[in-house]
Amino acid sequence: MPIPSPFHPRTSALCTGLRWKDWSGYHAVCSYGTCHEPEYFAFRHAAGLMDVTPLHKYDVSGPDAAAFLARVMVKNILKLRIGQVTYCCWCDEFGKLLDDGTVWRLDEHAYRVTAAEPNLAWLRRNADGFDVTIADTTERIAAVSLQGPNARAILKQVTDADMDALRFFWLTRTTIGGRDAIITRTGYTGDLGYEVWVDNDDALPLWDTLMSAGRPFGIAPTGLDALDVCRVEAGFIMNAVDYYSANHCVIEARKSTPYEAGLGWTVNLDRDPFVGQSALRAEKERGATRRFVGLEIDWDEFEALHARYGLPPELCSEAWRDPRPVYTAGGTQVGQATSGAWSPILKRNLALATVDRPHAAIGQTLRIETTVEFVRHRITATVVEKPFFDPPRKRAVAGDAS
Amino acid sequence: MTTSRYDAIIVGGGHNGLVCAAYLARAGRKVLVLERRHVLGGAAVTEELHPGFHFSVCSYVVSLFRPKIIRDLELARHGLEMIPLESAFTPLPDGRSLCRWPDWHRTRREIAQFSARDADLYPEFGLAMGKMAYFARELIDNPAPDPASFDPRELMRLLRLGKRLRSLGPDLMHLNTQLLTMSAVDFLDLWFESEVLKAPMSVSGVIGTFLGVRSPGTAYVLLHHYMGEIDGAFRSWGLVKGGNGQLSNAVASAARASGAEIRTEAPVSRILLRNGEAEGVVLDNGDEIHAKVVVSGLDPRRTFLGLVGEANLDDAFVTRLSRFKFRGSSGKVNLAVDRLPEFACRPNDNGRADHLRGDIAIAPGIDYLETAYDEAKYGDFSRRPYINVVIPSVLDPSVAPPGKHIVSCFVQYAPYHIKEGADHWPNRREAFGDAVVDTLAEYCPGLKDTILYRQVLTPWDLEKEFGLTEGNIFHGELSPEQLLFQRPVSGWAHYRTPIARLWMCGSGTHPGGGVMGAPGMLAARAILKTNAT
Ligand SMILES: Cc1cc2nc3c(=O)[nH]c(=O)nc-3n(C[C@H](O)[C@H](O)[C@H](O)COP(=O)(O)OP(=O)(O)OC[C@H]3O[C@@H](n4cnc5c(N)ncnc54)[C@H](O)[C@@H]3O)c2cc1C
Repeated sequence: MPIPSPFHPRTSALCTGLRWKDWSGYHAVCSYGTCHEPEYFAFRHAAGLMDVTPLHKYDVSGPDAAAFLARVMVKNILKLRIGQVTYCCWCDEFGKLLDDGTVWRLDEHAYRVTAAEPNLAWLRRNADGFDVTIADTTERIAAVSLQGPNARAILKQVTDADMDALRFFWLTRTTIGGRDAIITRTGYTGDLGYEVWVDNDDALPLWDTLMSAGRPFGIAPTGLDALDVCRVEAGFIMNAVDYYSANHCVIEARKSTPYEAGLGWTVNLDRDPFVGQSALRAEKERGATRRFVGLEIDWDEFEALHARYGLPPELCSEAWRDPRPVYTAGGTQVGQATSGAWSPILKRNLALATVDRPHAAIGQTLRIETTVEFVRHRITATVVEKPFFDPPRKRAVAGDAS
Repeated sequence: MTTSRYDAIIVGGGHNGLVCAAYLARAGRKVLVLERRHVLGGAAVTEELHPGFHFSVCSYVVSLFRPKIIRDLELARHGLEMIPLESAFTPLPDGRSLCRWPDWHRTRREIAQFSARDADLYPEFGLAMGKMAYFARELIDNPAPDPASFDPRELMRLLRLGKRLRSLGPDLMHLNTQLLTMSAVDFLDLWFESEVLKAPMSVSGVIGTFLGVRSPGTAYVLLHHYMGEIDGAFRSWGLVKGGNGQLSNAVASAARASGAEIRTEAPVSRILLRNGEAEGVVLDNGDEIHAKVVVSGLDPRRTFLGLVGEANLDDAFVTRLSRFKFRGSSGKVNLAVDRLPEFACRPNDNGRADHLRGDIAIAPGIDYLETAYDEAKYGDFSRRPYINVVIPSVLDPSVAPPGKHIVSCFVQYAPYHIKEGADHWPNRREAFGDAVVDTLAEYCPGLKDTILYRQVLTPWDLEKEFGLTEGNIFHGELSPEQLLFQRPVSGWAHYRTPIARLWMCGSGTHPGGGVMGAPGMLAARAILKTNAT
């Protein structure tokens, strides 16, 4: 039975569509109304406020905190500066992905890790010999994500922190309404956005402050469905959807390496030993056999296919997650698309897929399964660059053009 | 004297005998089942012991029952319904408690009260055991491969199994060795730190054995209990609607539908032999019935030393058979109560109690369980035993009058061989019952006042009433040396016996005890293969 997050009194009052799901053991809103589209547009055109408390959070501190994190993460955490946040992933000793998330450096010896799944046991198992304390703060810290072009303007109303100076993937400690808060410039929408982290007790005042300050800027409470479209547009991989944690896989074929998952850029191989290093080095030398790619599904074929049935093209407005086989033009299956969405802002029919390397080059023409009137068809899908949506405002500091 | 000739006589209407009968009848054989008691099912039986209360007298939950049998015999059509258990609750005497649920995150939070690390590891453990169980499934759905055999087909099968095990990866190879050699507690220690979690998990390793949770070899039995599946969902235990006897009745109905004849109150006194071959049976009333083959669903000792007779058997076989360990160690206390029990550590909420919708383990610590075993080792029942409580009427209101409940208590340890001698059990029966109720009442303070009826089954009762030798619930211990090709006797693990035309189909054969049906199905398959009928 999921539990309510500290924001529940507000979110449940607003969720008139009664569309909820279980996210990591919390009640989480899919959409506040019966349809998520207005929330999607809030993310892209104004600002969306989303309860992200269910993210797993671990506070790692002590003299060896940096060395420990460098040991468990594929990225060299020793390079992280105070106030900096980094996105990375971690693997088992065979170099198979366990999870992905962020690592923040709060202080000389204090870090925070966010993760999609529970990781406490794994972190502790690897902590032997390190002078560190690992605390699961998931249920003590409440978090909201404020994403969209107006996110910065809204935060400027409620905090003295220099929001104009806060760079992409950095954090600032501040107060909001007189209460301590940490603001990270992070998110899962691929847009300008921030996440705000407070003690549970400060959750409701934070929500109220942001909602009222945000009103003139078009703030809207947003749910997971809107987020899901945004994250496909941003080309972000998702644990348990696009890849599976090695800890949950019954068979080897289900596991992936960071190189296969498009996360090779997060791996820093040449440094002191870290978990999975030798396997990852071997994988790098061999070259991953699969690649995580972006696909664009051919619109004309899609429309023509529907026309054969006397139908206009039918697009689902939600992102999809039911895996769809991907073939070569010749009909050999070479992979699967694991999520996708119609992008209302880009006007492109997009998918994220894992495909065998020989077929993964940008521009490669593939075929994806599409069902119309209960009949399966294959239509053209081309490998294209990710992220699909990447506005300059995402990284820009104030004063830059958006 | 009856002379009507059958293709097969099944001795014993336990669920395995019935499964075997149903498969043979479906293959067109003329089959007769002879059951000693007035009801079918053996240890899978429902009886109305108190008006309106339908007790699963012996076995009370199922999960090992082979899904293939359900499909083959169309048991759903013959009335079999199963209801999954919804929780696993461990009350503690100090007011704390642990409840595990199908909801992962809910379970995680519960375990995290005791160890945050264990909470995270719990699903990984389940996955590892699930993989092993998936591997082992091939073993329970097929006759045990015999490494001592020279039959090339046997050796090929072994080779294939070895390859499959290797393909599971180095971790699982290790796991396999650990399971075969370690104690349940040592094995769980490799994973978890919290006793509150380990204690109720470890008991699965000693069910039906005369071993303690720290005795080597018990890790394997743990796996046996992870092998269950219902509707393809591994590891779930459930109730049979109407009690476990309804499973036996469904199988009997399927057997009858295929033409099998089933008689109750028809005890067999011996197996008729001519020239060393079985040619039929003799009933207690003197009737002789002939058949092409006789299949015994009784345990191996009862079958050979009881119905065949030592004089008709090879000495070496008798010696090996007499070494087959029974050593019953469990009893059962069945209660009818006039309201839902309430646990002090987790009170009911206005008549609602989600934590009672599953199994409840009185296993508050590993030392507690070892102490319980110590008493048994020296010939006494445990004063504070391990109790597995299920309140079936919560999930299946049909078994008790409205608002009233059945409390089923499976109890360990109650050694068959008490120091006074097994025959003194009748004098100790009520003291044993009191120890169980007293123990439970420590957790459910109001319990005693609610009891309307109580049945106490000691291992001696299980032997006398249900024909379970030395009260062993599995027709012989499920310890590693008594499993697979060594069950019941090496060389005779394929349902055949040294007596031509006499076969075995009960829990004393591979893959062993539990309401599983596999021995009955595999025996039928072996018999049909030889065209003996
Ligand atoms: C108290 C208890 C609790 C248990 N709990 C569970 C549980 O919850 N889940 C689970 O899976 N397993 C449980 N078990 C084990 C399981 O019930 C048995 O392993 C299984 O039911 C045995 O089935 P069987 O058909 O092999 O033998 P039996 O059920 O023993 O059948 C043998 C039959 O032969 C009959 N018989 C004996 N002698 C003669 C004769 N001379 N002539 C004719 N008939 C004769 C007997 O009356 C009996 O009906 C439990 C067992 C007991 C005793």
